[in-house]
Amino acid sequence: MSITVEIIICAFLLMGGLFVLLGSFGLLRLPDFYTRLHAPTKATTLGLAGLLIGSMIYFFVAEQRLVVHELLITLFLLITAPVSAHMMAKSALHHRVKMVKHTQGQQLANTARKRQPPPSDGA
Amino acid sequence: MTIPRSRRWLPMPAQSLILFIVWLLLNNTLAPGHIVLGAFLALAIPILVAPMQMAQPRVRNHLLALRYTLMVLYDILVANFEVAMRVIGPTRKLKPAFVPIPLDIEGALPITILASTISLTPGTVSAEVSEDKKWLYIHALHTTDEAALVAQIKARYEAPLKEIFGC
Repeated sequence: MSITVEIIICAFLLMGGLFVLLGSFGLLRLPDFYTRLHAPTKATTLGLAGLLIGSMIYFFVAEQRLVVHELLITLFLLITAPVSAHMMAKSALHHRVKMVKHTQGQQLANTARKRQPPPSDGA
Repeated sequence: MTIPRSRRWLPMPAQSLILFIVWLLLNNTLAPGHIVLGAFLALAIPILVAPMQMAQPRVRNHLLALRYTLMVLYDILVANFEVAMRVIGPTRKLKPAFVPIPLDIEGALPITILASTISLTPGTVSAEVSEDKKWLYIHALHTTDEAALVAQIKARYEAPLKEIFGC
């Protein structure tokens, strides 16, 4: 394996690791449950993409064969991430998890919980 | 007379093909044994689940659907950088918001795709749909102008979806 390929693989792995780290960091720093939900669903997607691309290049170069598991992982991740985020947001809403004080429009949480349209002046 | 979907031998041809390909990719092989097993699963599973299927609007515009997918992938990339920046930056200055979005599209599948897209793209997570399926509630990580956010989502994601499904 040539040095350039190794550098490329390292770059992808480092970028992936960095974004996954940022995602977890966000989980620690953000003020409330709803905002925390954003960090792992988003920052982690790109992090995993970086790791997976690095892995694909490595196996392609080192073992001379095309490994496509990574593409499937990406596909499953893209399908499941929004669903789990949605379910978590929804259950937080129904458990009346508090939003951080300066959240705009949090009075709407009540109508959302009842699954009703918002009051007409709020539209 | 057309045969009902649940009685046909190949009720969901596209899904059968996807199942077959995913099976071979998962096993990372082209061995004849796996081809037979994959083909069997790809035929048997759709026959079992076809009766549970609900009628969904069909994709009318395939080219636009492809363009939409690429656009969403690009937006996911942007979303990642944006959220990463917000995470590093001062979190006290964040202005989270809980926003209702009026829906123009109808049908379970288009709304699901829209909600998933919203969850994957810049700073927004979809939280709940109103019972009459006319409103989608979303939570935004940071926004200063709710109306602009709603308008952007409607123009960028909902309008193409509406065209793709023709509803």
